[in-house]
Amino acid sequence: MAKKRSRATKTPVVDRNAKLEEVMTGTTAFNVPFPKDLSSLKEMSPLVIKHPYSIEYLHSYGQDSPFFAGLANKKLLGTRCGHCRYTYATPRLHCANCGKETDWVELPQEGRVHTFTTCYFGSEEFLKETPFHLILVEFDGADTLLLARLIGVSAPQDIRIGMKVKAKFRRNSQLKPTDVYFVPA
Amino acid sequence: MRPVYMVSGGVSKFVKARPDATFQKMVKEAFDYAFHDIPKLKREMIDGSVASYFSDHFTRQLMAGIMAADYLGLCPKPNKRVEGGGATGGLSFQAGWEAVASGRMNCCVVFGFETMSRVQTWKGNEFIAHASDTNFDYPVGGFYSGYYAMMVNRHIHEFGTTVEQMAMVSVKNHMNACYNPYAQKRRKLTIEDVRNAEMVAYPLTLLDICVMSDGAAVCILADEDTAFRLTDKPVRISGVGTGTDFMRFADRPHGKVILAPGEKESDYRNLRYPGVHSFRAGRSAGLQAYRMAGIKDPIKELDFVELHDAYTSSEIQTYEDLALCKYGEGGKFVEEGHPFLPQIDYGLKLKKKGTIPVNPSGGLIACGHPVGATGLMQAVFAFWQIQRSIRKHFGSGELQLDKADRGLIHSHAGTGTYVTVSILERGW
Ligand SMILES: [Zn+2]
Repeated sequence: MAKKRSRATKTPVVDRNAKLEEVMTGTTAFNVPFPKDLSSLKEMSPLVIKHPYSIEYLHSYGQDSPFFAGLANKKLLGTRCGHCRYTYATPRLHCANCGKETDWVELPQEGRVHTFTTCYFGSEEFLKETPFHLILVEFDGADTLLLARLIGVSAPQDIRIGMKVKAKFRRNSQLKPTDVYFVPA
Repeated sequence: MRPVYMVSGGVSKFVKARPDATFQKMVKEAFDYAFHDIPKLKREMIDGSVASYFSDHFTRQLMAGIMAADYLGLCPKPNKRVEGGGATGGLSFQAGWEAVASGRMNCCVVFGFETMSRVQTWKGNEFIAHASDTNFDYPVGGFYSGYYAMMVNRHIHEFGTTVEQMAMVSVKNHMNACYNPYAQKRRKLTIEDVRNAEMVAYPLTLLDICVMSDGAAVCILADEDTAFRLTDKPVRISGVGTGTDFMRFADRPHGKVILAPGEKESDYRNLRYPGVHSFRAGRSAGLQAYRMAGIKDPIKELDFVELHDAYTSSEIQTYEDLALCKYGEGGKFVEEGHPFLPQIDYGLKLKKKGTIPVNPSGGLIACGHPVGATGLMQAVFAFWQIQRSIRKHFGSGELQLDKADRGLIHSHAGTGTYVTVSILERGW
């Protein structure tokens, strides 16, 4: 996965440390040299082979499914404990404080930035989306936070803790937590 | 429970890639080093082993633990794998302690490894991010440097911590590593170098973050009788503690600080704890270990600390969790020089240099972080400090502390999800 390394910093005119990005492509080899004298085998260079691995899972969201169904219907759902009144902005169907089953509640679609970052690098799956902004959102009436993407800003300097943000939803749901994202309110 | 001692340790040199060796061979190197350091140890005296590695994705091999155990020739003795993300090494060390403390074993080998070079860095980031909630966190842009950046931005907001204070941690740990031949990154840096390095996740730069490595480490633990038969300088494990917290950092409570000895509720009147700025699991693990070791004033009663500095920011946050200073004072703690080594020149003006050296080895940031080996590497470096054998094992004595009778090791997973603290002290 090639990634330009110049995004976050100025590139000097002459860069003596310039280096080609290592890639996983290569040549298929069917033969390797082999010595007559077995005692020299310990000096042999290691053989490195390519080893792909890909799986498709049937992954169930189980008891958390209504959260994702809610996003598909432009509703942001959390859960609330009827016993201790604790409200979870990232849902869990059982209260971690008292162990009782919680109930689904609708969260406000406006909140505040509790904290943030801008990622210039990332996991392979999200590299092509860099730079992207991550926030934890706090909501009135909720005791915990929600991790989400923030769009509509260009740099970390545009984001402030306490800044108001509002939820937006993908029209074509992907049944992922990214079906909801936030923009400055 | 009976007293448990560490009697020997070994570390393979941590490097970016070890294509010349499988994980079994790397573990064997660390094991042989530890084994040969105490010639009185015979293979038949070893009662069993614990395997420490983090990711089945990196090894691309299930039950890798037994493959290392059989390579070492430790079958058919007991073995089990212990796993808990970044804290895998610390948890495994304590599993070895449990085996000996309970009387199940008189001598237990704890070995750890990770083979992270098998995939490219971006894929490795993905594997590591799979150790966050894959329903709610990973798909949003799962990236641990991003999570830690968010946590330190809140720390900055709450306490006024600065990026320059964070950079000082990087300068310190990279400089210490210059004298540690086992370390992967040995560099003399300035605060400006750290800040001008490429931005990874604001405000963390490439030099605020540890690197991926291939490596292995081994600790040999024993009961009192066996320990004194094997060495005249055994190191006693006098306290252990383990803390946990919610996997999703968004779920952390905003309540009251868990007070360390000497702290008062009024110190933290307006602080909502732990939120995402502090690690409750670290505080909890620390207090358990202090209680067991009889430590009331950690900064006075500990001589040094090897802690899990996956990020410069988490080193600062951990000073506070371990009560080396109050919550909110971590930035000032490093700025004043407390965690630096008294004998090393860092090119910085430090008013109170060397009160309690932190990461004299160079820590994860400079030594590297082959996850399953990391917590054991810390134990080995701490063990050598306490034995006063740094010169023997490093080939030079620059990092040997004058006062090194009691040290703390700290292993940390997730966004502060599992944290272990163990106290090691002179046992002779
Ligand atoms: Zn409840």
